[in-house]
Formats: sequence, structure tokens, C-alpha cells
Amino acid sequence: MPQTNRSLTINGDTYEFSGDPRTSLLDFLRRDCGLTGTKKGCDHGQCGSCTVIVNGQRINSCLSLAVMHDGDAITTIEGLGTPDDLSPLQAAFVKHDAYQCGYCTPGQICSAQAMLEEAKAGWPSFVSDDLDGEVKLTREEISERMSGNICRCAAYSNIVEAILETMEAGE
Amino acid sequence: MTTRSMDAPDTRNLLDHTAQGVIGKPLDRPDGPAKVTGRATYAAEHDIPNCAEGVLVLASISKGEVLGFDEEEVLALPGVIAVISDERMIARSAQGGANEAPVQKVRNVEYFGQPIALVVAETGPQAQHAAERLKVRYRVEDRDNVAINPDEAKAEPHKEPTIQGDIDHAMKEAAHAVDLTYTTQGQVSAAMEMHASIAEWDGHTLTAHSSLQMLNYNINELADALDLEPERVRLISRYVGGGFGSKLGIAAELVAASVAAIELGRPVRVVMTRRQVFECVIRRSETEQRLRLGTDADGRLTAFGHEARVSNLPGEKFAEPVTQASKFLYAGHNRKLAINLARIHRVTAGSVRAPGEAVGMQALEAAMDELANAVGIDPVELRLRNIPERHPTMDIPYSSRKLAECLHVAAERFGWDGSDRRPAQRREGDWWIGTGMASAARVHNLANAQARVTLQADGTAIVASDMTDIGTGTYTVLRQIAAEMLGLDPENVLVRLGDTDFPPGPGSGGSHGAASTGSAVQLACETIRDRLVERLGCKPDELTLKDGFATCGNRRAAYPDLLQGADIEEIGKFEVGKIKGQYSTAMYGAFFTEVAVNAWSGETRVRRMTGAFGIGRALNEKTALSQCIGGMAWGIGQALTEQLMFDRRDGHIVNPDLAEYHVPVNLDVPDLDAVLVEERDPAASPLQAKGVGELGICGAGGAICNAIYHATGVRVRDFPITPDKLIAQLPDV
Repeated sequence: MPQTNRSLTINGDTYEFSGDPRTSLLDFLRRDCGLTGTKKGCDHGQCGSCTVIVNGQRINSCLSLAVMHDGDAITTIEGLGTPDDLSPLQAAFVKHDAYQCGYCTPGQICSAQAMLEEAKAGWPSFVSDDLDGEVKLTREEISERMSGNICRCAAYSNIVEAILETMEAGE
Repeated sequence: MTTRSMDAPDTRNLLDHTAQGVIGKPLDRPDGPAKVTGRATYAAEHDIPNCAEGVLVLASISKGEVLGFDEEEVLALPGVIAVISDERMIARSAQGGANEAPVQKVRNVEYFGQPIALVVAETGPQAQHAAERLKVRYRVEDRDNVAINPDEAKAEPHKEPTIQGDIDHAMKEAAHAVDLTYTTQGQVSAAMEMHASIAEWDGHTLTAHSSLQMLNYNINELADALDLEPERVRLISRYVGGGFGSKLGIAAELVAASVAAIELGRPVRVVMTRRQVFECVIRRSETEQRLRLGTDADGRLTAFGHEARVSNLPGEKFAEPVTQASKFLYAGHNRKLAINLARIHRVTAGSVRAPGEAVGMQALEAAMDELANAVGIDPVELRLRNIPERHPTMDIPYSSRKLAECLHVAAERFGWDGSDRRPAQRREGDWWIGTGMASAARVHNLANAQARVTLQADGTAIVASDMTDIGTGTYTVLRQIAAEMLGLDPENVLVRLGDTDFPPGPGSGGSHGAASTGSAVQLACETIRDRLVERLGCKPDELTLKDGFATCGNRRAAYPDLLQGADIEEIGKFEVGKIKGQYSTAMYGAFFTEVAVNAWSGETRVRRMTGAFGIGRALNEKTALSQCIGGMAWGIGQALTEQLMFDRRDGHIVNPDLAEYHVPVNLDVPDLDAVLVEERDPAASPLQAKGVGELGICGAGGAICNAIYHATGVRVRDFPITPDKLIAQLPDV
């Protein structure tokens, strides 16, 4: 079995990876790092539960191998806030009941966190009126940009509310 | 322990006479901070030392026998520990409430995707690789001898049909009548957390972390499968990543992990893949429903027929109870309600959110819309005219029933105009626009339950039950019930759930969890109040509990002073007594929706949707409304996108993943508008509460079907209403 040493920065801490190269970033986080906040909902990039932020951008960690992330800075849900010190998005999710079973929630929050930055950077979406210029995050824009994160409990209306409120508070 | 049997409506309505004032309030969930920070620990996530990893192997034939495995080849792979195909393992999921092991003969294959073995290795990738490499030798049953599709099997009556009067004659005599056949395709729960278990064996007791809904039954199902006494089994499910019926009964991964842990003498974790969840857990049966509705000249029902064909594996007792709400929702003296069950070799059919009403109401409410068009009246008015005085068959009274109020409230919020229902009248650019409505109804269930409440010497309280919180809000509402009854700030009440070491309840299923276990919590608190009355030496009706103080007459004492260092611990044992069958008790509601149908592609977008619901007392307005909007979104999926596709040759699921089985995503769901109608139902539970977890789906898809007809003039009677079913019939632009 080929062994490959890699060094990843996760939530500010350094983690060494030298395991089975078939290990997904998701399994590395959950099994080897004990960071089980990142969830496995399909393992095929279809549900978004495993969303983490890599160098500022959201990815499905199940579709990425741990060996691919030498030197990368990774933020997981554990790096955004703690139960006693919630991030603004986390607090808004609680306030608006933007979750039920809670299983997709870390992915939703990591996704929303990075999505707000994408919008600030002017990235257009499928529902944007034009491809250039400033992005105004309407309810529809948020819904479209969050459609990679399935919530089977279907807290979607409340997820949009939580993100809207966080965005408005940050402006 | 205090036992109380509910033999008559509980008109004491205690929760409206307590002082704390927290019941029903939209408080945040106590489990919220753990969930939003990733600290809530789900079944597969427990850090168990020396834990081996197991991966299930599923059958790739539809019927036959496993003759053997070529184990040597995979046992030689790195890290592989064992290949297990054991007579204790289960071939099917247990049905909800089964309380005993399901079919166990894993080598006797009855459907494509049946679990047949478990491969155990040191790591997940090693086990996965070996499971994929394992060669299986089969004896394959001749396809001609195997019914795989519903139309290949003769459907037999399931239970006695309801036959009253003469429906054939009434249909002939009716001033207005419709005789329609609707079909729905198979569906799945698709909870976000895949089925997962970690089993540990200490030589005497089997302890498992598992993702389950109803531990009180699950412990007996697992014990039976393993041939152990239930006392030697402990199940823990503190957080469950959604269930929606799929985790009512134990599934194959729990028993496989348990057998492996016993055999190998070390902990074993088994997590299903998403594909395996589709292939071997539970499906909702497809249905074919004939609806015969006939009225007099004024639109009053005289004939009501609802006959359905559903399917399941040979030997399964469950048949999708399609006609459940049809028994009590609308009038009509001449009735025929029947379920016919076809025995076919596809994965086990079982309960998916709102079994029965989810598909039955969807079709009934679409047929009611067609009837309203035939009569020529507002579909809201048709429903109002057909709310029966008494149960149409059993001749018993209804308990509290808010159907008419919900229809009025939702119509008002939505801005409904039912005066002109001509279809295909409104177009905005490329889109046809239409509106539609439906009633909601779901039968109320209540079950025996126990809960332990401890008022601690420091003036805080702990509630404990084996009840689960699958996202429904159990932690939240039980905390509020105890806080209200004991006069405590909810912050001072800790709720502990999901452990069979705690007193048993019915679990989460059939929308009965909150009302049943909540009634046990209330009962335990009543006994604690009696103990406080004894200590204070006053009359029970003089006692006021608020903010951690007990007041009786002119005496006022803080709990620590009153308790003098000793906890008061009580178990409430709530029993469904003679109340059962005295009343027709159900939750009701109404849906109104506006859709846009693309004139060129046939794509349907739900633009807005309003729901009003009567659920008895809402124990927490926020979590109750979340249940409602979740159900409404399920209605969108049922109406437009969700369908299991089976290969007709061998019954394998062609779309066993979330890329091809389309559950609604964020952009598919508009900003849903849900509202609760104030209600107390003394016949429903001592809390005056009914259930809310399933009502929001029951009829929602019908409203969308009706709106599509109104938008386009096209009536599609086969759910889901995908673009291919619309496009050829759309009106010219």
C-alpha cells in the first residue's frame, strides 16, 4: 500500500495524513481527526452534508481525497463556533429553527458561510439577471445558491430566513 | 410510579391553568447549539476503541438462493477480518412496531438488494473494497415464476373492506359523479443520516448505538433476532438524523453489526451506503386508486368509493393504508373502501411519513377537485358542504375538528378566489399560472408511554425516556411540558432521551410521540406536585408553581428549601384506555398553492403555498410550524419529482441515489406560509395535543395537482407530475 505524507491545516491546527490514499477528505475528518461535525449523507457529492471550506471555498469533502490537500487551510463546522460561542450564522440557524434532525446542518452552515463570500465577490448564479456587477442576495438567489445542500426535513424556508438575517446584520 | 388510563376526554386542561406560561411558546430547541456546531453525536460517530468496520453485501438477483461465497479471495486482502452470513442476520427491515425479528433467512433471496452477508475489515475502505470483490454463488429462480411488478401479481383483499349502502346504485343516481383512477409511484424516506450502527459485546450484554425511531420495539426486535433476552440488549439513539418511517423498525446493519461484534469479540460499526438505504430498507408502495364520488344537485356526497391496490413482499403484514382518512373525512352514505395487496418481489414496503394519507389524500383531494368542477362550485365550498356530522360508518362523534376553520383561515391568508375556476386563463410570459387547494387530514394516534421526572434538590429537573427526537422537537416539547407543570424556567429542565435504560415509550412514529410521551411526563409532574402539596400541607388547587417557587395560601418556598436535600423522582405511566374508539380523532388542515407551468417544457414551479393546521394544543409553536413546512415540502416532492423506478426485468431500483431520486432542494420550495389554528382536543390526550409530524404532507400534493390543472387545463392522474406527462397536452400559446 503506497503511503503518502501530507500536512493539512484544519481549523487552525496541523494534522498529518499518511493513511490509505483512498481515504476521502470526509473520512479523514470524521475518522482520523475526530471531527464528526462534518456529515456523510451520500458519499457521492449529491447531498452537500459534507460541505467544508477549503482555502475559502466550499467543497463536498466526500468527493475529495485527503492526499489532495497538502498545505490547504480547511475550516469545518467545529471551526466556526462552539455551543457557548456561536457564530452569527449558527445563532441565526437556532433562532429561525433552520434545522430539524440537524444532520445536514453543519453542511448547510459551512455552505452558507462560503456562499456569502462568493456573493460579495460578485459570483453570478443561475437566477442572476446578469453575469456582471454586484450581486444582490434576494431570497431566490439564496435558495439557488443553497440548492446543493439537501435538507430532507425541509427547513428550507427557515434556512433562507437565517441566512438573510445574518447577511443583513453583517451589512 | 403513577398509572393513569385515559378512559374519557380529559377536560381538566391542566396546561391552561398552570402559572409558568411557557407551554406552546416558540422557544429555541435545547439541542440547537450542539446541532449547529457539529457537536451532536449521531450513531456512527461514537469514538469506540478498537472498532472494526463492516460493509453489507446485497443480493444481485431478485429471487433464489445463496449457495456460497468465495471468501478466501477477499480474506486475503489487506485488513479483511471476516465474511459473515449468519442465520441471525435479517433479510428485511422490521415493520414499525413489529416488536419481533423480521425475516432472517439471508441466504434465501426474495428481492434484488436483499442483505446476504457482511464483510468486516480494519478500515472502511478495506471493507468496502472487499465487499465489492466478494463473489457470490447463487441458484437463480426462473424469472417466469417470480412476480416482480404489481401487474404480474393478483391482488388479494387486505382486511375487510368497508361496504355501506349501494355505491353502484348511488353513482347511477347521482346528479354529479366522477369515476377516476389515480396512480402514485414508489417513494422512500431518504433521511439524511444513512442507517448506521456500532455494536459492542461484553460477553453478556449487547450495546448498540444506532439510528432508530422506536427503541421500545427495536430492543425486542434485536433481542429476538440475536436470541438474547431483552435485558441483555441496550440501544442508544440520542440524535437521529431523520427517520420519516425508515427507522421505525430495525434494519439489516444493526443486526449484522451485532452478530459480528459477538462473533469477533470486538466492536463493529456498519454504515449503509446511500444506495443500500434505497435498496434494502423500506419503500412506500406504489398505489393505484379508484375514486368514485357522486353528489346530489347541491354537491352533497351520496356516494364515496376509494379502492386501492398496493404491493408488498410475500409474508409482510403491512399494506399502505391508502383509505385511512377516507373513512372519516367526508360524508356520503353509500361507501366502499378497500385495499388490495399484490405480493411482489421488491424491497419491503413499509411506513414512509404519513403512511396511508400521504398518498390517499393526494389522490382523494385531486378527485375532489374534479368533482367540484363537475358540480360547478368552488372546491372550498364542496369540502365545507361535505363535513359530516358524525363518523359516516362508525356513527361516533368527532372530537375537536378544525377543518372548516382551516379552510377559511388558509383561504383568507392566501387570497383565494374560488368564483371562477376555468382553467388555462392566466399566462405570464412563458408560464401558465394557476391555483389549487386541498384539505389536510391525518388520523390521530396515541400510545402507552412511561417517563421519569426528577425534581432535584437544587431546584432543577430531569426528564428521562427512551423516546427519540428525530428532528421532531421531542427534547424541546418535553422540556416545556415539565417546565410548565413544575413551575421552572425551561433552562432548568434537562431532557434525556434515546436510551433503553430509560422508561419505555412508543418512540417517534405515526405522529404519536409528543402526545403520548408528553402525557407520561405530565402525569409524573402531577405526582410531584402532589408530593409538594403534602410537604406544604395545603390543598392541591391552592398550589401555584412558578420560577422555582411553590406557593400555597400564604406559604411560599423555593424548591431547595422545600426539598431539604432530597430529590423527588416519579415515573408517569400513561395508558390509552377506553377513550380509544369513542371518538373519531384526527388532525385537519387546508392547503392553498399557486404554481407556474412552463408553456414549452412542462416544468412546474410552486410559487407559493399556504397551509393552516389544527393539531390540538401546539406544545411549541416554532417546532410545530417546522414540522408543517417540512411536510408541505414533501408534498411538493410527491407531486412533482419523487419516484422510485424499478427495472421490470429484475426489480432493481434504477435510481437508488439522491442524484436520480429527486427530493426537493432549496430552490424547489418557495417561502412556505404555515399557520396553526388555535385548538384544544380533550379527547386526543391529557395535554389536549394531537400530532403534527405528518399532517403537512397529507393532501399537499393534491393541491399542486389541482393548481396544475387550473394553470393548464391538463389533468395528470399519475404522480409525480413530471414534464413528460404534461408537455404533449399543454395548450397552444
